[in-house]
Amino acid sequence: MYTAAIPPVSAATEHDKAAIVIDQLNKHFDNVHALRDLSAKIFYGRLTGLVGPDGAGKTTLLRILAGLLRPDTGHVTLADFDVVTNNDAIHVISGYMPQRFGLYEDLTVIENMHLQAQLRGMDTSQQTALFTRLLDFTRLAPFTKRLSGKLSGGMKQKLGLACALMARPKVLLLDEPSVGVDPVSRQDLWHMVQELTGEGMAVIWSTAYLDEAERCDSVLLLNEGQFAFDGPPGELTQHLRNRSFRLEAVGTQRRAVLAEALDLDSVSDGVIQGASVRLVLRVGSSPEQIQMLANRTGAQLVPVPARFEDAFIDLLGGGPGGTSALAEHLPPVELTTSSAVSCHNLTKRFGDFIATDNVSFEVHKGEIFGLLGPNGAGKSTTFKMLCGLLKPTSGEAHVVGLDLRRAPGIAKAQLGYMAQKFSLYDLLSVQQNLEFSAGVYGLGSNIRRDRIEEMISIFDLRRWLSVAPGSLPLGHKQRLALACALMHRPPVLFLDEPTSGVDPITRREFWTHINGLARKGVTIMVTTHFMDEAEYCDRVAILYRARLIALDTPDALKRDAASANCPDPTMEDAFIHLIETSALTDEIEI
Amino acid sequence: MSYQNFRIILIRLHAQFVKELLCILRDPRNRVVVFVPPLLQLLIFAYAATLEVRNVDIAVYNQDTGREAQEVVWHLEAARFIAHVHHVHSNTALREQLTQGKVIAAITIPADFSRTIAINGSGHVQVLVDGRRSNSGQIVTGYLSTIAKDIRFTANPVPAPETSVVVRHWFNPNLVYLWFMVPGLTGTLAFFSALMITALSIARERELGTFDQLLVSPASTLEIILSKSLPALVISTLLAFLMISMAVWFFHIPFTGSFGLLLVGLILFILSAVGIGLVISAISMTQQQAILGGFVIGVPTVLISGFATPIENMPVLLQWLSQAIPLTHFLIIIEGCFLKALPPWDILANLWPLAAISLTTLPMAIIFTRNRLQ
Repeated sequence: MYTAAIPPVSAATEHDKAAIVIDQLNKHFDNVHALRDLSAKIFYGRLTGLVGPDGAGKTTLLRILAGLLRPDTGHVTLADFDVVTNNDAIHVISGYMPQRFGLYEDLTVIENMHLQAQLRGMDTSQQTALFTRLLDFTRLAPFTKRLSGKLSGGMKQKLGLACALMARPKVLLLDEPSVGVDPVSRQDLWHMVQELTGEGMAVIWSTAYLDEAERCDSVLLLNEGQFAFDGPPGELTQHLRNRSFRLEAVGTQRRAVLAEALDLDSVSDGVIQGASVRLVLRVGSSPEQIQMLANRTGAQLVPVPARFEDAFIDLLGGGPGGTSALAEHLPPVELTTSSAVSCHNLTKRFGDFIATDNVSFEVHKGEIFGLLGPNGAGKSTTFKMLCGLLKPTSGEAHVVGLDLRRAPGIAKAQLGYMAQKFSLYDLLSVQQNLEFSAGVYGLGSNIRRDRIEEMISIFDLRRWLSVAPGSLPLGHKQRLALACALMHRPPVLFLDEPTSGVDPITRREFWTHINGLARKGVTIMVTTHFMDEAEYCDRVAILYRARLIALDTPDALKRDAASANCPDPTMEDAFIHLIETSALTDEIEI
Repeated sequence: MSYQNFRIILIRLHAQFVKELLCILRDPRNRVVVFVPPLLQLLIFAYAATLEVRNVDIAVYNQDTGREAQEVVWHLEAARFIAHVHHVHSNTALREQLTQGKVIAAITIPADFSRTIAINGSGHVQVLVDGRRSNSGQIVTGYLSTIAKDIRFTANPVPAPETSVVVRHWFNPNLVYLWFMVPGLTGTLAFFSALMITALSIARERELGTFDQLLVSPASTLEIILSKSLPALVISTLLAFLMISMAVWFFHIPFTGSFGLLLVGLILFILSAVGIGLVISAISMTQQQAILGGFVIGVPTVLISGFATPIENMPVLLQWLSQAIPLTHFLIIIEGCFLKALPPWDILANLWPLAAISLTTLPMAIIFTRNRLQ
């Protein structure tokens, strides 16, 4: 465990006082030791990131801080009040925003705010100034009359935040506020929270997105119920100085290069970034091997600054290897048509509302194609029309040259589908789920037996065969879902936000398989909120307000977003840039 | 369709059929929930839904001291349907007993009761019955007049020269209420079982996200509906079987009709209930909506089916509506098969409406499921 001295953030003495003191905290659930001997201090006027993979204990810790769970042993004080003995005071002094804030979907924005105020015993007629301020702050003022069930994910989070801020808390606890929120709304949330810490509030922001950790003043890294790190994020990344490199201009070879690099003993972690491959070396390894790799592939090896995510993966002992056992077992895909997926003037209307407006594109065999867009931009609608879950109002969608409306059975047999929500039958065992997936795609008993056996050994599922999928560890759930989607060896694979809420290690393993599949010629259609994942795509389509506003390689999109202020934009910068320019042109048109 | 295609469809259907069965029955708790409550309900409702009157209390205000008046009181105290006779000593107390619902009937024996009998050979007592419990009240009145007849016979042993009507009940000579209640309950409970299993099936998959997974597979809507119908059909028919066995061997209700024809009726009946359940499920987005939908359809269906009240007494409009309800026809079949050896053509007359209902609701379920795709 790395512990860093916490530097003073500001001169004000108030800021040096700890807002939260956690002392020797332990919590068990049945047999699970959820939190182990946690001790830490959290300060006023500072944004503290509570970072860690799913199931690390983030929510449990936050619920204890909010006075909603009792610790088994140990003490926690929040603004000098003990969370157990002074429980009532905690609810007054803290604001807590759970993962899904308890908004009443059938009430309007302003009704929800009134209700929350009244629940806190406030007289709503006296508080118009407060409401106006909160609505301005969250930029929800134009939507006060809208039902909160009709808000986008990002707007719901902002309303949740407004409700949590109602009582002007000294300590604000936010549980994964950015899950399912697009980058633009995410940026809004960040600005709001920074303003609050500026006023002296202590804010805890829990997240599974490691790039968010870098923006925090201080980070508590939670892994398997223990703090793996406590301090400013820069402190942790320092340990990785001179260990992060980028192989630039690898081009079409990048998936093969990544796979090869990950199998080297000197490399601990690697990801694709557009046409480049980003690699992290193991402690004490020299860049010799990757230099050789660069020379052989004609790429340039450039040292890059370490990211928080590099440090995290390194702490956990490095990412998975680069070879996908799954892809090795698959025969190369043969297609008679040149385009694997295509759509032409695809349009979908729901009453007056246009969800997808005249979208056309073509995806080639073996391509990884990303569909991105802010919440409510029509990304899901388009995706659902492409895989036959929705009927287009007009226009056409083809999979492997087959029209989903005219030959649904044959066309559907050509595609595999993995949903954002974990969608296996929890009432069936793992084995039965595999049997069902094989059966529903019409595999005869001999092939079925072989394929299931193959999936079990590739994904190492043997010891889990008789349990319900819901009780699998997260990584295994992901593997099982992929196994079920690929049982019939489809030439096209649809992934709808496949790694939402999945920890970075599992995500890397997942992408190792996806990269392997793409190299075998499987076409991958993916929607995602992770800008990191957009980097894995060959091409990215960005939808905004139902229209296709950009379609290009990730590198080209980043290049277009480069400006004097931001010479080396990230994918996220590029995304925000595109949305903002598009919103601007819309306004000019009006 | 080639043989190869047909074989693939069979594989798909088989996989889905197994999946549905496992979804309902794999969990031991679920297994219990599917079978035990209906069987328990049959036991409980069979005894609870009784029309007989037993264990009632009666108030008596006896103003007479004569032998005949005492005779009346003794008879009442000895009567098996009366649990307790409350003796009161004023009209106010008598009214109180009745208005507070402590007794179902209150009897006043006037002071001159014995004297009038001595002179005329007959006397009058006043019987006040609680009209709030009209049905039981009527039955109690009937019982009381039987007692009165007995007393008159003891008081005046010379038989009255009256023409008496002897009533003989066909099919259920002793009017044992269990004999018509149990077959009716069997139909009702089997109906609800099939309705609920299917109403939840699509809604549950929608809620869990597995329905999308099913829709992107090559399985057609027809296959999906078919594979959701069969397990419900099997389970609910099995359940009805268990209940029929209980009726025969536990309640000892005579089974006089054709078992084969009852089975045909049962399958068509469950199929039509499955169709209704699947329509509800296809419309519902969540399990909660599906359960509500099941009750909104299920409860009126039972009330209009003639299970509790005769259809002939209903308004004409409801009488027509009752013909569209599967339970109406099945009640005729099952009650007929138990008690009156219903002949085949009478059963047939009720079989075709069941078939017609199934042939309407099942395609409707397919259409609704397809339309939800938009």
